[in-house]
Amino acid sequence: MREFIAILQNELIKTIRRPRSFIGFIVIAFICLMLQGAFYQDGKEIMSAVTGQFDNLFNIQGNILNGNLICFIVLQTLIVQMPLLVAFVTGDLISGETASGSIRFLLTTPAGRTKVLIAKWLSGLMYTLLLLLLLGIFALFVSRAIFGVGDLMALNSEGLTIIRADDINWRWGLAFLIAFLSLSVVASLGTMLSCIMDNSITPIVTVMATIIIFTIIGMFDMKTFDVIKPFLFTTHMISWRSLFEDPVPVKSIIISCSILLLHIVSFLGVAIYYFKRKDITT
Amino acid sequence: MHPAISLENVTKKFKDFTAVNELSFDVNAGDIYGFLGPNGSGKSTTLRMIMSLIKPTSGAIRLFGDSLLENRNAIMKKIGCIIEKPDFYTYLSAKENMKLFARAHLLNYSPSQYDHLFEMVGLKGREDDKVKTFSHGMKQRLGLAQALLHDPQLIILDEPNTGLDPQGIIDLRHLILTLNKEQGKTILFSSHILSEVQEMCSKMVVINNGKVVVQGRVDELLSHENLRVKLEVVDPDAAISCIEESPWKQFLESRDEKLFIFNMGKKEIPSLTAYLTQHLIGIERIDYRNQLEEYFLKITQS
Repeated sequence: MREFIAILQNELIKTIRRPRSFIGFIVIAFICLMLQGAFYQDGKEIMSAVTGQFDNLFNIQGNILNGNLICFIVLQTLIVQMPLLVAFVTGDLISGETASGSIRFLLTTPAGRTKVLIAKWLSGLMYTLLLLLLLGIFALFVSRAIFGVGDLMALNSEGLTIIRADDINWRWGLAFLIAFLSLSVVASLGTMLSCIMDNSITPIVTVMATIIIFTIIGMFDMKTFDVIKPFLFTTHMISWRSLFEDPVPVKSIIISCSILLLHIVSFLGVAIYYFKRKDITT
Repeated sequence: MHPAISLENVTKKFKDFTAVNELSFDVNAGDIYGFLGPNGSGKSTTLRMIMSLIKPTSGAIRLFGDSLLENRNAIMKKIGCIIEKPDFYTYLSAKENMKLFARAHLLNYSPSQYDHLFEMVGLKGREDDKVKTFSHGMKQRLGLAQALLHDPQLIILDEPNTGLDPQGIIDLRHLILTLNKEQGKTILFSSHILSEVQEMCSKMVVINNGKVVVQGRVDELLSHENLRVKLEVVDPDAAISCIEESPWKQFLESRDEKLFIFNMGKKEIPSLTAYLTQHLIGIERIDYRNQLEEYFLKITQS
C-alpha cells in the first residue's frame, strides 16, 4: 500500500507540474469569465428576447439572469468541450511516457504494472475533479457573486422548468457529481487508448473522434441509431440535466450512472489487461 | 551461491521476427560482465527482458536465484539500470526527478545524500536545473545517478558510454570499477565496442542475431596465444618461396597477392619478421588481431 501511495504521489506531482495540465485550467477560467462578461453586457437583452416568447402564457418576475442560470448555461456549453481537456491529459498518461522513454524509468521500479496504471488513472481522475472544481467555482460561485442568486429557469426537452433558489443547491451538488462520473468515462477511455497506442497524439484524437461520432449518432432520431443509443456513454453524459426537471427522474438517472460506471470499469479492465502484457520497446 | 543473473534458453519473438533465440548465460555475483554484440543483435531486448520491460516468449530468467516471473517486485529493489538512453521528466529538475525515483523505492533521502549522489556522477551544481537543459551526456550521468540511487546489488548498463565525452567515459569506467571493487556490485555492461568490454570486464558473452556466439573469461577469449597476423610484403614471390622452405609454413593460413595471413601467438611475431628480414623480404605492413576481434569486426561491419 505504501508503494502505491508513493507512486500515486509521484503521478499527482507529474500531472500538476506538466505544462499541458495548466491549459485546461486556463481554458475553463477563460471561457467562464468570457461568458460571464458577455452576459453581464448583453444578458438582459437576450433574456427579454427569450422570455418574450412566454409573455402571452405567464408573467415572469424577479431576477431571471442570476448566477444559477449562468452556471446552467456554462455547464451545458462546457460539458461538450471538457472531454477534450480531459482527453488532452489522460490520453497522454501512458503513451506520452512511452513516446518519451520515461516509461522505462517508471516500470523498472518495484511497483507492479497494475499499481502504476491505477495510480496514473487516479491521477487523471483527480485532474478531472480539479477541472470540475474550478468550473464549479467560476461557473457557480463567481456567477452568483456577479449576478446574484435567484430561481433557475431551466429550458430542456420537456419544456420550461422553474427551480426555486432554495431547492437548487443539492441539485448542483449532484449535477457536478454526475458530470464528474461522465468525465471519468472520458478519462478512462483516454487511459485505455493511451495503453494501447505508443504516441501521445493518437489516443487524444481517438477519444475526441469517439465522442464526436457518438454525439452525432445521439443527435438523429433514426431507428438504427435508436438501438445503440442507450449503450453509448455520450447519451448518459448529459443526464446531469435531468436533475433540473421536476420531478427528478431518479430511475433514469440511476440507470445512466450505472451505464457510465460500467463503461469506466470496462475501459479500466481493458487498460490493465493490455498494459500488463505490453512490451516496452521504445 | 546463486548467480546474480541466469538466463535459460530465453527466446523473444516479435510476430515472425526472432530477436533473441534460446539465449543462455550466467552472471555471477561480483562480476563485471560484458554483453557484447553489434547493433541489432538482441542486446537491448535481452536487457529489457531482464528488467521485465519485455516478456520472453519462452525460457526462464532468474535473478539472485528467484524467478523474475514470480518475484519481479522484490527483485527490482535489487537492480539499478540504464536501458538505452536515460529519459527523464524534462519539465522537472534533476533533483526532482531523483526524488520521484527515491519515492518509488520508498527511500527517504537526506539533502546531503542527494549532494553526494550528484557529486559522484559529476552533476554537482546542476541538480536544480530542469532536465530539458541537459545535454545527452548529462542525462547519461543523471541516468547513472538514478541507477545507483537505491544502492542496488546489480547494475545493468546498456551502452552507457553513448553520448559521453572522453572524460565522461574515463569517469564512468573509474566509477564502474570502484563500485565493483569497493562495494562488490555486480555489473552487466552492454556494448557494441569490444575494447570497452576488454578494458573493464572479467567475463563476457558475445551475441549475434539473438544467439550466443561465444562466452567466457575476457583474458582467455582475447588472449594473444592465437592471433591472426596479417603481413604485407614487397615481393610476394620471393616471400612465398622463403616461407615454403621454412617452419613458418605451418602457421600460414592463406595468401592473397601481397597479403599473407598467419595464425600464431604474439610472441612468435618478432621471430617471423626477423626471419623474413634476414632473407631480404621487405615488410610493408604488419597487423594482428585476436580471432574474436577479427570475428567481431566482421559482424560489426556486416
